[in-house]
Amino acid sequence: MAATTMISRTVMPKTKRRSAKSPYSYWFYAAPAVIYGLFFLLPTVASLYFSLTRWTLFDATFIGFDNFQQFFTDPALLQGFVNTGIYAIVTTGLKVVFGMLFGVLLASQIFARGYLRSVVFFPTIVSTIGVGITFSALMNPEKGLINSALAMIGIQGPHWLTDPHWALLSVALVDVWKGVGVATVIYMAGIVSIPNDYFEAAKIDGAGSFKTFTQIILPLARPAAVTVTILSVISGLRSFDLVWSMTSGGPGSASDVIASVIYKEYQAGFFGLSSAGNVVLSLAVTAIALPLSAFLNRKSKKDY
Amino acid sequence: MRAARKYGPGVLSIIVSIVVFVIPFCFIILTAVKSRLQASLLDFSWPTSFHLWDNLVQAVSARNFMLVRAFINSTILSVSGVAILVVLSAMVAFVAERRVSKWSGFINILVLSGLIIPSAVVPTIWVLQGLGLFKTMPGLILVEVALQMSFCVLLFRAFISSVPKELDEAALIDGAGSLRLFFQIVFPLLRPVIITVIVVMSVAIFNDFTGPLYFLPGDENATVQLTLFNFKSQFDTSWNLLFMDILLITIPPLVVFLFFNRQIISGMSSGAIKG
Repeated sequence: MAATTMISRTVMPKTKRRSAKSPYSYWFYAAPAVIYGLFFLLPTVASLYFSLTRWTLFDATFIGFDNFQQFFTDPALLQGFVNTGIYAIVTTGLKVVFGMLFGVLLASQIFARGYLRSVVFFPTIVSTIGVGITFSALMNPEKGLINSALAMIGIQGPHWLTDPHWALLSVALVDVWKGVGVATVIYMAGIVSIPNDYFEAAKIDGAGSFKTFTQIILPLARPAAVTVTILSVISGLRSFDLVWSMTSGGPGSASDVIASVIYKEYQAGFFGLSSAGNVVLSLAVTAIALPLSAFLNRKSKKDY
Repeated sequence: MRAARKYGPGVLSIIVSIVVFVIPFCFIILTAVKSRLQASLLDFSWPTSFHLWDNLVQAVSARNFMLVRAFINSTILSVSGVAILVVLSAMVAFVAERRVSKWSGFINILVLSGLIIPSAVVPTIWVLQGLGLFKTMPGLILVEVALQMSFCVLLFRAFISSVPKELDEAALIDGAGSLRLFFQIVFPLLRPVIITVIVVMSVAIFNDFTGPLYFLPGDENATVQLTLFNFKSQFDTSWNLLFMDILLITIPPLVVFLFFNRQIISGMSSGAIKG
């Protein structure tokens, strides 16, 4: 991409006459800009204002930062904020590790590779609500498959979704189950693109598979790891469907995340508070994703 | 010994994959064909009697054939959303990729913010209501288009950057205008990435839950994901019907996956890396 922009820049002076009426008309932006502007940008900007109001959709009373104050002092709402962070960290960590593991495994000459690849990837395209319902049955504390299986080997499984200490973690684990396929595929693409020469050279130098992994795959698949990290953080912070279909934020507010708080406040008719939640979520995602991506990318450039 | 080293990791991975990934899907299928009583046990067991047809009929006809209407609604939503997305995103990507100007940076920021920032829910409802589009299918379609556009633009841009610019120049010399250049020359060349966008987006929109939940509430207009949620509260004791619903809803993505798994995987990974 960098190459094409360079070419077009050097060509530009020659085609000065055309720049008066470029064949790449800005009119092409018109319809997309209207849709994007009306249904994404306008609401996003409007949420900044409405988050400062008490709002009924018909009239809005300006109340300053009260909504935000409530958001950070009400223990239930605050817990949603903290939970979102925990959820994002847990899901990202596990996806980075397991994605790497599966990626290495599936990029190797393993037996039945096609089957394994499909089976790991398939959950990512299944309905999240369906997965949520299925796992709430599997995680049923008395009758569910997971605890019966654990009981067979003598472990008393926890009350996954009804125990306040476990609820959020249980949902996060299911999120990893569903999302690790994307991480795996990204790692695989990264590992496959490593030139074979490196592996041959390592083999000649007598490196075993562990050394090959730590000295070659790990550093050279770094761009893939960066991508997986950033994508998982963003989707972890925004996650709603799975939480809502498995626990609805419960028990109490033990597994509430910002997105489920937004929905609850919306249902309760607190539209201003709900919009404040949206603003908090947007700021959180931006404040974490942008510096993270700048940091990780800068470091990876230094390596080469 | 050599055979063990060759097949050992493979066999082990297959066993683990069956336990972790295949059994949950078996559980869905088994529960969907059980009798109501047996399904309510929620255990993983072979059905004592098979009720495939009964459960299918009951799940489909529940609440006045809500599931049928939901499938029709979801199809309309996915097909029209994807059609609009393909054309508009390709147009944006084409101009953004080929015309470098002082606006380029601004456009990149707009596209990026669409990927990162979650949609502001209630203000979107406010906009839809102002336009008279709240609780209507066209309204939901437009919202889906707006929310998925960034990702599609990135996919198209990555591909268009590999289409030689000389081609455009040749067409222009032959007297093509901008519309003709794009629709007759460039657009047909984008076929591989168009297929990827169609496949990835139809699965994404078909599976979207939040959009319909907020912007198209009500039983009349339910999409398939919402029926799952509505059934969950209604069928609290009829787990067999609930899982039959899950099974039916999993079939369209499964079919798409069987035919297009290469496009889905390349779309997810290439789009992701650009993002």
